[in-house]
Amino acid sequence: MSVPMEYYLILSAFMFIVGVAGVLTRRNAIVVFMSVELMLNSANLSLITFSSFMGNPVGQLFVFFVMTVAAAEAAVGLAIIIALFRNKLTLNIDEINILKW
Amino acid sequence: MIDLMYLTVILPLAGFIINGAFGSKINKVERNGIPYFGEKIIGIFGSGVIGLSFLITVFAFFETLSLPVENRQTIINLFTWMKVSSLDVGFAYQVDQLSLVMALVVTGVGFIIHVYSIGYMHGDKSFWRFFAYMNLFIFAMMNLILADNFVLLFLGWEGVGLCSYLLIGFWYDRKFEKGTTSDAAKKAFIVNRIGDFGFLLGMFLIYLTFNSLNFNEVFTKAAAFSIPKGTFAFIAIFLFIGATGKSAQIPLFVWLPDAMAGPTPVSALIHAATMVTAGVYMVARCSIIFASAPAILTVVAVIGTLTALFAATIGIVQNDIKKVLAYSTISQLGYMFLAMGVGAFSAGIFHVMTHAFFKALLFLGAGSVIHAMHEEQDIQHYGGLKKHMPKTAITFLIAALAISGIPPLSGFFSKDEILWYSFANGGFLFWLIGALTALITAFYMFRLYFLTFEGKERFGHDKHPHESPSVITIPLIILGILSVIGGFIGIPEIFSGEHGNLFHNWLFPIFKDAERKMIIFGFHTHFEEMLLMTLSVAGATASIFFARYVYLKKLTIATDAVKRFKSFYNILWNKYFIDEIYDSTIVNPIVKTSDSFLWRIADNKIIDGLVNGVASLVGSVSGVIRKMQTGITQFYAIVMMLGIAAALFWIILSL
Repeated sequence: MSVPMEYYLILSAFMFIVGVAGVLTRRNAIVVFMSVELMLNSANLSLITFSSFMGNPVGQLFVFFVMTVAAAEAAVGLAIIIALFRNKLTLNIDEINILKW
Repeated sequence: MIDLMYLTVILPLAGFIINGAFGSKINKVERNGIPYFGEKIIGIFGSGVIGLSFLITVFAFFETLSLPVENRQTIINLFTWMKVSSLDVGFAYQVDQLSLVMALVVTGVGFIIHVYSIGYMHGDKSFWRFFAYMNLFIFAMMNLILADNFVLLFLGWEGVGLCSYLLIGFWYDRKFEKGTTSDAAKKAFIVNRIGDFGFLLGMFLIYLTFNSLNFNEVFTKAAAFSIPKGTFAFIAIFLFIGATGKSAQIPLFVWLPDAMAGPTPVSALIHAATMVTAGVYMVARCSIIFASAPAILTVVAVIGTLTALFAATIGIVQNDIKKVLAYSTISQLGYMFLAMGVGAFSAGIFHVMTHAFFKALLFLGAGSVIHAMHEEQDIQHYGGLKKHMPKTAITFLIAALAISGIPPLSGFFSKDEILWYSFANGGFLFWLIGALTALITAFYMFRLYFLTFEGKERFGHDKHPHESPSVITIPLIILGILSVIGGFIGIPEIFSGEHGNLFHNWLFPIFKDAERKMIIFGFHTHFEEMLLMTLSVAGATASIFFARYVYLKKLTIATDAVKRFKSFYNILWNKYFIDEIYDSTIVNPIVKTSDSFLWRIADNKIIDGLVNGVASLVGSVSGVIRKMQTGITQFYAIVMMLGIAAALFWIILSL
């Protein structure tokens, strides 16, 4: 017997909420960054679920795109974090607040 | 050669472009042994283009003369300038009897004055700029004359106004009367603008009425009596307002005396011989429109007569040699408008031509004197110059005799023709004022002559007057010859018999429609003509001898007269206080309202207030709103999240 579609979707939603909560509450930039990745992957999970249950390969194709972009984004994001750390010697994003009035 | 007439416009333009763009470089060119080598190149080139234009015009004239009368109009269409629905304005030149006469005068006298300027402007730091402007002026003037539509005429009309402005203010760093020459230039330009506005209105009305701005179309339609008289009257009065500005008639004449701030060749070319006659030319060109509005034609005659008398009386008391000539020019222009007003169009154009000769000569002579006297212009400090500069004196005398109307000089024929027509077509009063003005003219011209060239020397020993170089005296002599013989092409019928008046016959095709529309007053005999002629010549001669008696023998008469008629003399000396009246009624109120209301309130408070108000409003609002930019990344993330949630919520609800 197969696992029903709802389970996958509930898992995906749960992962997304965890990601959102992480982005909004954590102070460490790297954790925030990881939470963003979590959100992306939850979206990937939804895409694959729909793709496999509906017999349409487009969703899986799309996931590859998302993963490619996520890889690139990870590289850029980590580079920014390293640069930030070299300047401020901290990764607490509450202290990185120079872009304000 | 007629087809090449467009070159008479292109050549001066080329002169302007080359002299204007490269003049300052050419001016510095030097060659061993030849002083002022660069200046000579510019002078010869600048005059050369005008000389070439003159040659082309002469050939075109003789070619036109050989054509049968009905084929004497040639249209040279260069290109379409603007075409919008029914409005079709071409860059087209119309070569006909009238434009040829004007073109001959402009290029001919213009060439002579250009040559003269080589001598007169010698050593000036902006020598090249002078020739560039002069060439530009000839370009604009030729456009004005040769135009075959009102728009092109207006282009020339504005162009000559611009050149007039540039050349009056040529010595922009010099003092002139109460201000600088730039003030005089601005005055000329602004007063001309008032007239130009009238001209523009006239042009709009012409387009509205005739649905065309082309001369031939407009005049053909105007000649066919289908347009109401009132429309003609409005067109004519607007065009005439334009003419009063350009040709310095009451009430817009005030700029011309101030225009004397420019170099003397400019006064001769622009403010005596050519530009100021543009108004006369325009009225003559539109003769059919004016003839269709007899009431306005009377206005033209009255304004002309009054201007002639008015300016002549001021001329009696002025002491600045160029000022006297300026008022004399205004007065002579008044004569031309008198001629137009009484329907003697060809007589008016004839006077334009002869006046160009002798008035240019008078100005150039005055320039020669001013040069010799080191920029002194007050005739009270002249005297006895004849033995120092005989050529200038003799040519000046010829011109003075010509303007006084002494036979057989050119001025006699043209002035007498005007006086005769003003008697025959206008009425006794016009003749009387005209003849009176002629007497006054003879008087003040010879006052000028005697005070300048005869009698005791009244200048200091620091001045050593000497005859000008031949580059100056030869133009004087040529113009002197023209002033003597120029009138012979317009000998009236009573002297020439069956040939009639050659000049009149030549221009007849241009004016025949207008003359047919005019109402001719009664019939006059040759005896009357002869009588009036004798009267005016005798009067002029008497007035010359009177001037001689007063200013050579008994100067006390003049000083006594000044004492006895102190108040009248004051009025004349102050030019009837016209400038002061204009200042207090028009200029000062405008300046005051501009200063106290338009500037301090309308501009500073209202307009600036609006602009600054918007800026400070934006500033204070954003002062509050910018607090939202906390710089905390997670705050932005929450806002974004809430926004997305709200949007999703709204989408789901609306499904």
